[in-house]
Amino acid sequence: MAVRPRLRGAALLGAVPFLVYVAIFLIIPTLVVAIGAFTGDGGHGFTLDNVRALGDEYILAAFGRSVLLSALSALFGAVFGALLAYALSTAKPGGLLRRTVTAASGVLAQFGGVTLAFAFLATIGISGFVTVWLQEHAGVDIYANGVWLFELPGLTLVYTYFQIPLMVIVFLPALDGIRPQWREATENLGGTTWQYWTRVAGPLLAPAFLGSALLLFANAFSAYATAAALVSQGNPIIPLQIRGALTSEVVLGQANLGKAMALGMVVVVAVVMTLYSLLQRRTARWLG
Amino acid sequence: MAGVIARRARKQRAFRWTVLILLGVFFLLPMAAMLEFSTRTAGTWSLLVDWPKLNETYPDLAAGIVASLEQAGLTALLMLVLLVPTAIWVRLRLPRLRPLVEFLCLLPLTIPAIVLVVGLAPVYAWVTYFLGGSSLTLVFAYTVLVLPYAYRAIDAGLSAIDVKTLAEAARGLGAGWFTVMWRVVLPNIRSAVLSAAFLTVALVLGEFTIASLLHRTNLQVAIEFLGKSSATMSVAVSLTALLLAFVLLLLLSLFGDSRKRKT
Repeated sequence: MAVRPRLRGAALLGAVPFLVYVAIFLIIPTLVVAIGAFTGDGGHGFTLDNVRALGDEYILAAFGRSVLLSALSALFGAVFGALLAYALSTAKPGGLLRRTVTAASGVLAQFGGVTLAFAFLATIGISGFVTVWLQEHAGVDIYANGVWLFELPGLTLVYTYFQIPLMVIVFLPALDGIRPQWREATENLGGTTWQYWTRVAGPLLAPAFLGSALLLFANAFSAYATAAALVSQGNPIIPLQIRGALTSEVVLGQANLGKAMALGMVVVVAVVMTLYSLLQRRTARWLG
Repeated sequence: MAGVIARRARKQRAFRWTVLILLGVFFLLPMAAMLEFSTRTAGTWSLLVDWPKLNETYPDLAAGIVASLEQAGLTALLMLVLLVPTAIWVRLRLPRLRPLVEFLCLLPLTIPAIVLVVGLAPVYAWVTYFLGGSSLTLVFAYTVLVLPYAYRAIDAGLSAIDVKTLAEAARGLGAGWFTVMWRVVLPNIRSAVLSAAFLTVALVLGEFTIASLLHRTNLQVAIEFLGKSSATMSVAVSLTALLLAFVLLLLLSLFGDSRKRKT
């Protein structure tokens, strides 16, 4: 037993490759962003200029649009996803329907980026399948008031496509935690369906629903590829503003502003994810 | 009571099918539209299965496909080499380090890829200096990107078995640490390792952010580039990539199912 301390020192060596790797490719990039956000563009000296520049009108507007897009797509995703999850939870457990939809949700939740953008271009793009069909058969021009696909409404619709399946995946376990005995108990005590949902199941599911919605928000807030492939003109949301700062480093004073915006994104995501894990813990108390 | 239950079951069935059909249309419509769109120009699909001709007509796309496949394979390899021995070692010999390793592995979840790319730019200036600007160098960043998913899969696999007892038994019979990992623990977490590798491949094949902003190529970058010149072809490739991801992840979920049923 006396050799233990020496051995532990040697044992530490076993973790070194992993720690070094993570230090180079995860910790250093994180520090580059965190420190760069407070560094002048000359490369030296502490400054609050970059962080202060986040208050500029166009950046605040981009942050606002990002939050709006994430909130709306999280809301739609959470509501429709919860409905779908409930529909699944009433199906036969382990049945074909449930297994298929859950597996498909797992795939579709990962389906984002360029392919998703192109899917929607083929559907409701200017010469898309649905656009053309509606024009020819129903005489409806969905873009009568301008093309909204490449703006906030379009982005919200496209994001909802991967938000609903994600909601199904994260919310279904909570619904499965609801025991039929609780409904029976409510009925034995003379409760109605309405009372069961508002007094028993509702309060039990509320933390899980809210937590899942927060996860969806963070998911949409950090998404970049879908928007980048869809929006080529202008940078309406924060991830695209960062793209602008990264690709136009010729513009003086942009490099570290990009880092400040990146730091802002991390702060938002970190706050949302902390709330999510708090709610998750609360959910686990009853529905774990 | 029986009447109430039957009525509820009927109502639930009606609700279930209404929701499924409405959302089913929403989810299948874009795919049907992709299929319709990609068949507008004749010969798009036949070109996709004719590799030499594809290579000739769209060299960028072919290069992107090759780059993505190589990246996916190498990332899975690097992830396994880096993560599996560390996860086992930490469980056996450094239990106090486990919270740190877990924290580091899950950290990329709170760092959006677009943020990571901002910080990676200077690191990649060095990578380019030492290793050149090849698209394969993206493997380093991708390994970080897949860390949370791979770690959770492998950690779940390790939690399901008694690593300590297995290792002690093997050590007691005179096995070295390498033998313990390679011949004792690894065969026991084979399905966890497989699902980690599958997830890695699926994620890497879909990656766009880092490749595009670090000026390297892969499948998604090539599709995006192609979209500017040949919309039909890019939609056809998108649909193919999507179906490929479908197959990969469906296989994965089947693996997951059989694992759950066993325990």
